[in-house]
Amino acid sequence: MDSQITLRVDGAAHPLAVDTRTTLLDALRERLRITSPKKGCDHGQCGACTVLLDGRRVNSCLVLAVTVGDAEVTTSDGLAVDDVPHALHRSFVEHDAFQCGYCTPGQVCSAAGILAEARAGWPSAVTPDVAADTVELTDDEIRERMSGNLCRCAAYANIVPAVADVARAEGVRR
Amino acid sequence: MRGRSGHSGPSVSTDAGTRPATTATTTPGRIGDSPLRPDGTLKVTGEFAYASDLWHDDMVWGVTLRSPHPHARIRGIDITEALTVPGVTAVLTADDVPGENAFGLEHADQPVLAVEFVRYEGEPVALVAADHPETARRAAARIRVEYEVLPAVTDPRHAMDDDAPAVHRPGNLVRHLQLRRGDQSVTAPVVVSLDVEVGMQDQAFLGPESGLAVPAEDGGVDLYVATQWLHVDQRQMCLALGMPPEKVRLHLAGVGGAFGGREDLSVHVHASLLALRTGKPVKMSYSREESFFGHVHRHPAWLTYEFGAERDGTLVYARARVLLDGGAYASSTAAVVGNAGTLGLGPYRIPNVAVDAYGVFTNNPPCGAMRGFGCVQAAFAHEALMDELADAVGLDPVTVRQRNGMREGDRNITGQLIDSAAPVAELLQIVADLPLPPQRDADADLRALPGSVGNTTHGEGVVRGVGYAVTYKNIGFSEGFDDYSTARVRLEMTGGEAVATVHTAAAEVGQGLITVEQQICRTELGVERVVVHPKNTAVGSGGSTSASRQTYVTGGAVQAACVAVRDVVLARAAASLGREVSQLRLDGEKIVGASGEVLTGLAEVLGEDAVEETREYRHRPTHAIDPETGQGDAHVQFAFSAHRAVVDVDVELGLVKVVALDTAQDVGKAINPDAVVGQIHGGSAQGMGLALMEEIVVTDGHVRNPSFTDYLIPTILDMPPMQVKVLEYADPHAPYGVRGVGEPPTISSGPAVAAAVRAACGRPLRRVPIRPEHITGT
Ligand code: FES
Ligand code: FES
Repeated sequence: MDSQITLRVDGAAHPLAVDTRTTLLDALRERLRITSPKKGCDHGQCGACTVLLDGRRVNSCLVLAVTVGDAEVTTSDGLAVDDVPHALHRSFVEHDAFQCGYCTPGQVCSAAGILAEARAGWPSAVTPDVAADTVELTDDEIRERMSGNLCRCAAYANIVPAVADVARAEGVRR
Repeated sequence: MRGRSGHSGPSVSTDAGTRPATTATTTPGRIGDSPLRPDGTLKVTGEFAYASDLWHDDMVWGVTLRSPHPHARIRGIDITEALTVPGVTAVLTADDVPGENAFGLEHADQPVLAVEFVRYEGEPVALVAADHPETARRAAARIRVEYEVLPAVTDPRHAMDDDAPAVHRPGNLVRHLQLRRGDQSVTAPVVVSLDVEVGMQDQAFLGPESGLAVPAEDGGVDLYVATQWLHVDQRQMCLALGMPPEKVRLHLAGVGGAFGGREDLSVHVHASLLALRTGKPVKMSYSREESFFGHVHRHPAWLTYEFGAERDGTLVYARARVLLDGGAYASSTAAVVGNAGTLGLGPYRIPNVAVDAYGVFTNNPPCGAMRGFGCVQAAFAHEALMDELADAVGLDPVTVRQRNGMREGDRNITGQLIDSAAPVAELLQIVADLPLPPQRDADADLRALPGSVGNTTHGEGVVRGVGYAVTYKNIGFSEGFDDYSTARVRLEMTGGEAVATVHTAAAEVGQGLITVEQQICRTELGVERVVVHPKNTAVGSGGSTSASRQTYVTGGAVQAACVAVRDVVLARAAASLGREVSQLRLDGEKIVGASGEVLTGLAEVLGEDAVEETREYRHRPTHAIDPETGQGDAHVQFAFSAHRAVVDVDVELGLVKVVALDTAQDVGKAINPDAVVGQIHGGSAQGMGLALMEEIVVTDGHVRNPSFTDYLIPTILDMPPMQVKVLEYADPHAPYGVRGVGEPPTISSGPAVAAAVRAACGRPLRRVPIRPEHITGT
């Protein structure tokens, strides 16, 4: 069964008819040709498809396109404004926080998501004080929160400082 | 310098006289710097086009129907129903293969589409093209294949039994490597022995197999594909398509990791067949599940080792038997046996040796190349046995290895002279001297314990262990293979700026080859702007992105082409300036004299002309080994690495947390120090993965866990902090003194982790990956 929806992606509205079983990832990649989010597993196991849905990170392979509604979808590509790379983009490049790069747009979206989580004071399993207003993104916090994003090239040792630098600049890390 | 966390910075601590670069330039981003990746920004935003991102207007999608049986006779295939599915544009079987229905890296023994028999679960049987991938999948499900299930050989230990069904004629032996050196009847006062088993590891690159085949007007095809070696793909495709190379053009699409798993063909011929049949561009992309069936894996291995030694731990002899399960087709099994046999006793001085290494056919998934290539399996055995020897003679694990460690000037077990640095003892000393992580205190945060927030322990039953391992690996292709790379370099003025363009067919798979190509051009030509031409078969072969060989061999070709271009430019300059060529050099887009004075600009010398040169580079030849004794100069270069692992083990529950994984490696010359450290991180993670978690479980020929839920790869939480120490003992035989980097860390990390777990739990642990029940003995 097809459904008429409008996906708002990276600041643009895209009306389209989708089979109701279509995932957000497939709608983006195969219908809208927005290939910044990658497909590594299609089963919520790898994080390569991570995008932001109204600023919160999701595995887009686990979201049905018809459930997105008016929410704003942001891909790693969409984090760049007017072709100016986002601070996370620059930091990942400068820290060589990837090799093949296939996991990277997902890592970047996930990192953008955890910066917002820290600002909002959302605790994780390693947060010492779950009642605090904000969370400091220590290395342990970064590792815990980024652990759903697999990197087979294992650029992990560089991902941590790449995220930490931006966290510091944004005031969620000392 | 880029920011880095304190524990992981590169430390180039030794330099034994690297050959000077032939032109000392002041251009930034040259050899020894760590310039940013030219494709970096595209990769982080996601604009970089991986093979799975490709799109063509009016393209259709191809899917593969695969065998559900490990071994069966095909009685018949009925495609009628599949053809009636609306949207289907083609259904193909073996009858539709126009050329020879065979491919293979070393032997063309694998059908493009099964004919008469299927020999493993997942073997391609038929293809469907349709306007939507789901339509194609549904149509494929309506192909009726009548199978007669046959008895399967699924235990490689019985593959050579007289009554074992033959997977291929004449029998199930792929290769037996026999190696004999020294006195075969020698005895020793101390004898230790063991049996080790290594499970099947998967490359698990994150970007599954993908390609786009576009039919061309000349009747040929253009294939855009993620691969490790365009030209070896092309050769196999020409055979199967029955076409000359001019009509089979390959282009490297973005590669989402490789690690050996893209050496063999995947979608290549299939997508091309569908494109040629339908006259439309055809895209094929494997799902994660299909990917587990769509490429070869690391050979599972059974190893029986014995060392004889003096009472002081000095090795007298070694005897080893290695059995590798090659699965249903040959792939690169023969070469993996070559490595397991010739390098399988590790970087030790052993005067008397007997090794028998076997690769066999079974009806299990085909196995072939994965990072470390035959040395990984062997290292689990020789390193475990080294620890046994240490115990038997009362030495610590570092000393026993140092006492037997190879040195420059030694001969290895094939009699080959080690004619450049072999710093085995030094690498071990470096890792042994690195600071250990602090001892866990009694009230440690439970999140730092094995089991973590699973709250499985508060420290009771948790024991710390430390383990060491050292290895060596051949770099480049061995045993007489004609291993070369081609590079074309062009220098011209564009918009008032000198631009070098480098064109090779050597695959960038994430290791950073294109950055290295740029660095070499900047160093040799003294220009800042270097364009990396898209990789394709319009230039000669770049050889395989494997065997840690690209910086060495393609690097050598790029250097040679640059030197040729520079010679032309300087000869012209010399003629117009009336000077000797030998007194001129190129630096910062200027022709500079002996004392650094600027004589003229590159723009003046080049004018409107482009200077372009193409060169091939071959490393020193290697040789076949003697079939009786296994003796010979089989390899061109050796690279050495050592690891020290520290683990906490909950010995009651069998849970492991790797606390630290420190390493030292000799890289000859770090062309790009950041990329070197990245390779060492990545390689170490994959070795650790095999020791603790990564295994394709195959029972009765069936893969039981083709998903990332059940096939586990290390996450950011599994990776401990790493101290990485890099030595630079230049290899005088290699361009710039380089030594291959990517593989050694995958070989020594796993055995070090296994040794640490053994030390913690006190059990022999003769199988990897180590499972909780091995640790608890339940
Ligand atoms: S593709 Fe969505 S989590 Fe892997
Ligand atoms: S950079 Fe290759 S998977 Fe992360």
